[in-house]
Amino acid sequence: MIAEAGLGLLWLAAALALLQFAFGSMVVAKGRDQQLSSVRSIAIAQGLLVTFSFLSLVWLFLRSDMSVALVAANSHSAKPWLYKFAGTWGNHEGSMLLWVMILGAAGAAVALFERSLKPATLIATLAAQAALSIGFYAFLLFSSNPFTRLTPAAADGQGLNPLLQDPGLAFHPPTLYFGYVGMSVAFSFAVGALVTRDVGPAFARAMRPWVLGAWIFLTLGITAGSYWAYYELGWGGWWFWDPVENASLMPWLATTALLHSVTVLATRDGLRAWTVMLAVVAFSMSMVGTFLVRSGILTSVHSFAVDPTRGSFLLALLAIYVGGAMALFALRIGTVREGNQFDLVSREGALVANNLLFSAILGIVFVGTLYPLGVEAVTGEKLSVGPPYFNATTGPITLFLVMVMISGPLLRWRQDRWKLLVQRLAIPTLVVAISLLALVLAAPDIGVLPFLGLMLAGGIAIGSVAPLWGRNLRRTPLFTWGMVIAHLGVAVSLAGMASETGFIKETLVAANVGETHNVGPYRVTFSKLEPVAGPNWTALEATLEARRGTRQPLILKPQSRMFSNPPTETNEAAIDTVLDGQLYLVLGKQEPTGRWQLRMWWKPFVSFIWLGGAMIALGGFLALIGRFRREKGRGRGIA
Amino acid sequence: MKPKHQRLMLALAALVTVIGAGLLAASALGDRAAYFYSPADIAKSRPEPDAAIRLGGMVADKSIVHEADGLTIRFVVEDGTFKTPVQFKGIVPDLFKENSGVVAEGKLGADGMFIATNILAKHDENYKPPQMTGGEHKTETLAK
Repeated sequence: MIAEAGLGLLWLAAALALLQFAFGSMVVAKGRDQQLSSVRSIAIAQGLLVTFSFLSLVWLFLRSDMSVALVAANSHSAKPWLYKFAGTWGNHEGSMLLWVMILGAAGAAVALFERSLKPATLIATLAAQAALSIGFYAFLLFSSNPFTRLTPAAADGQGLNPLLQDPGLAFHPPTLYFGYVGMSVAFSFAVGALVTRDVGPAFARAMRPWVLGAWIFLTLGITAGSYWAYYELGWGGWWFWDPVENASLMPWLATTALLHSVTVLATRDGLRAWTVMLAVVAFSMSMVGTFLVRSGILTSVHSFAVDPTRGSFLLALLAIYVGGAMALFALRIGTVREGNQFDLVSREGALVANNLLFSAILGIVFVGTLYPLGVEAVTGEKLSVGPPYFNATTGPITLFLVMVMISGPLLRWRQDRWKLLVQRLAIPTLVVAISLLALVLAAPDIGVLPFLGLMLAGGIAIGSVAPLWGRNLRRTPLFTWGMVIAHLGVAVSLAGMASETGFIKETLVAANVGETHNVGPYRVTFSKLEPVAGPNWTALEATLEARRGTRQPLILKPQSRMFSNPPTETNEAAIDTVLDGQLYLVLGKQEPTGRWQLRMWWKPFVSFIWLGGAMIALGGFLALIGRFRREKGRGRGIA
Repeated sequence: MKPKHQRLMLALAALVTVIGAGLLAASALGDRAAYFYSPADIAKSRPEPDAAIRLGGMVADKSIVHEADGLTIRFVVEDGTFKTPVQFKGIVPDLFKENSGVVAEGKLGADGMFIATNILAKHDENYKPPQMTGGEHKTETLAK
C-alpha cells in the first residue's frame, strides 16, 4: 500500500506543479498580483506532497519491503538501519526522487519565507520553479519510477554497493543535492525578474540569501565528498578531477561567481545583466552535472544504471530549460536598464575580475570534462582528460584569482587609486616574499604548484584579515567576518593541498608480521593480523603500531573486507589524524611467499584541505546570519 | 570614464579572458589528453615514448608473474591477437585477475614494456570499464 500511496502522492505533486505553473503564468500575464496567496499555497502543498512521497520511499527501505523492485535491487534485510535509510538515495530512482523533493521543497520555502520580492516577481518565480519541477516529475514518472512493484516479491534484496556502505552516504549526497538543487531558486528568481522586468538592487538583496544558502550546502557537499573519496577509496587522493567531481565543481564555480556579482548588484546596482546570466548558468551547470552523473554516460560509482532513454530524457530537459531561459534572457535583456558606473580600479572592478576568472576556470573545467565525450561521439576515438590538463590550465588562472582575492577587499567601492592599493598591499606582498625566501631555503625541490600554493597561502592569509585592520572588531558587521573567514579558509585549504602534494612521504612494502618500516617521522610495526566480522562482512584486520619519538604509539587497524551481499572486496584504510598531518595505512594483498603488501603515507597538514572547506562554508553561514540581521534592522527602520 | 567606454573596456576584458582561457585549454588538451589504446592499436601505431596513455584489454591467462620484492607484478594484456607486456608496482585492485578486463594507466617504454602507474579498479562485479563495453551505446545516447 505504501508504494502505491507514494506513487499517488508523486502524481498529485506533479499535477499541482502543472497547476502552479499554469495559474502562476496566467496571474502574471493578467497582472493580478492579489492572487499571490493562492500561488503560495499551491507551492507549499506541492512541496509537502513530494516530501511525503519521498518519505514513503524511505519507509519502504527501512522496512525492507522486497515487493518493491527498487528495494529488492538495492537493499538487504541484514543491513544496518543507517544504510537502509541512506540506501534510499544510493540508487538512480531514489536519488532522482530526492532531487525532485528538494526542488519542490525549495519552491515551498520560497513561498513561505520570501517577503521582500515584489508580488508579481514572486509569482513569476514560483511559476518558473514549478516549470522546472514538471520536467523532473515527468522524468521520474515515465522513466525512473521508484515505486514499481516486483511480483512475485523477492526473498531478500541484492544489497547495496559496499563502497556506499559508509556513514558518509547519509550526509554527502543530501548535502550536495541541497546545494545543487537549491540553485534552482536563483534560476527561478532570474527568470521571474526577467519576466516582470524587475532586475535591480531590491531583487538582488532578495536573491542573495538563497544563493548563499545553496552555496553553503554545495561547499559542504564538495568538501565532504572529497573527504569521503579520500578515506573510502583507499587511494589516498583527495581530488581526482573525475568527471563526477567536476560535475559538482562546475555549479560551485558559477555560484561562487554569482555570490560576488550579486553583491555588486545589491550594493552598487551594477552588473545587472551579468548577474542574471550567472544565475541561469549556475543552475544550468547543476543540470549538466545531473545529466553527466545520472545518464549513465560516465561509468563510476555514481552511475547506478545505464539506460539510454534516461540520458536522452535528461538531455532534452536540459535543452528545454537552458534554451528557454537563454531565449528569455536574449528577449528581455534589452529592457534591463543599464546599472551604475564604476571605475576599473574599485571594489566593483576587482569583483568583475573575480567573475571573469571564475568563468574562465568554469569554461576550462567544462571543456575538459565534456571534450572526451564529444570526441568519442564524433570520431569514436577514446581518450581521457585527467589531472595533467586540469592542473596545467586551472593553476595559472587560480594564481591571478588569488591576486584579485587579496586586493579586492582592500579596494573602495566605485573609485579608488592604484597608488593607495599598492600601499595597502605592502604587507601581504612582504609576507609572500618572506615565504618565498623561506621556501627556497627550506624546500627547494617540492615542485611548482606546491611552491606557488604555499607562497600564496601566506599572502591570502594576511590579505584576508587585512579588511579588519583598524576596525573596531566588535562593531564589524557579521558579513564582513564571514568574508574574512571564508577567504582565510581558502588560504588554509590551499596550504593543505600544497603541503600534502609537496611533502608527502610514501612507503610501499611487502612485510611479515613483526617487521618494522619507516614512513615520514613514524616507525610502523606490523604487530598482528587477524580475522574480524561485522554485521554483513568479514575482514582481515592488520594491527599496526606507529611510534614517533617518545609519544604514545598510535594503533591503526586497516582492513581488507569481504562483503556478503553483494559479494565484494573493499579496502578500509586506517587513518590517524595528528596536529601536523595524517598517517594513512592500507592493507593490500598477500603475495605468493606469504608477506603482506602495506601502503603507508605520511601526509603533512592534509586535514587543512577539509578544514579550509569547512571554514569557507562557515564564512558563508556567518554572512547569511549577518544579512538576515541587517534586513531585520531595515524592516524596523533602524539601518 | 564615459559609460560607453566602460562597457567597451569590460567587453574587452571579457574577450581577452575568454580567448586566453580558450588558448590555454586548447594547448593543454593537445598535449595532455591521454588516449586509450588496445594492444592492437599499439601494434598498429606506437604512441610517443613519453605520452601518458591508457591501455585496455584482457589480462592473459597464466600471465601474472610476481617479482621477489613482493610488490612488482608483470602480466600481459591481450585483445585476441595482439599482446602487450605490462609492469606495475603497487597494490592491485580487488577484482584484478587473469581472464578479466583491465585498464592500466602509464607509459610505453622503448623496449615495448608498458610501465603502469595505476590500474583502474572495477567498483563491483557488474562494473566494466566503459572502454571494455565499447563506446557504442554512448555514441547512440549522444546522437539521439
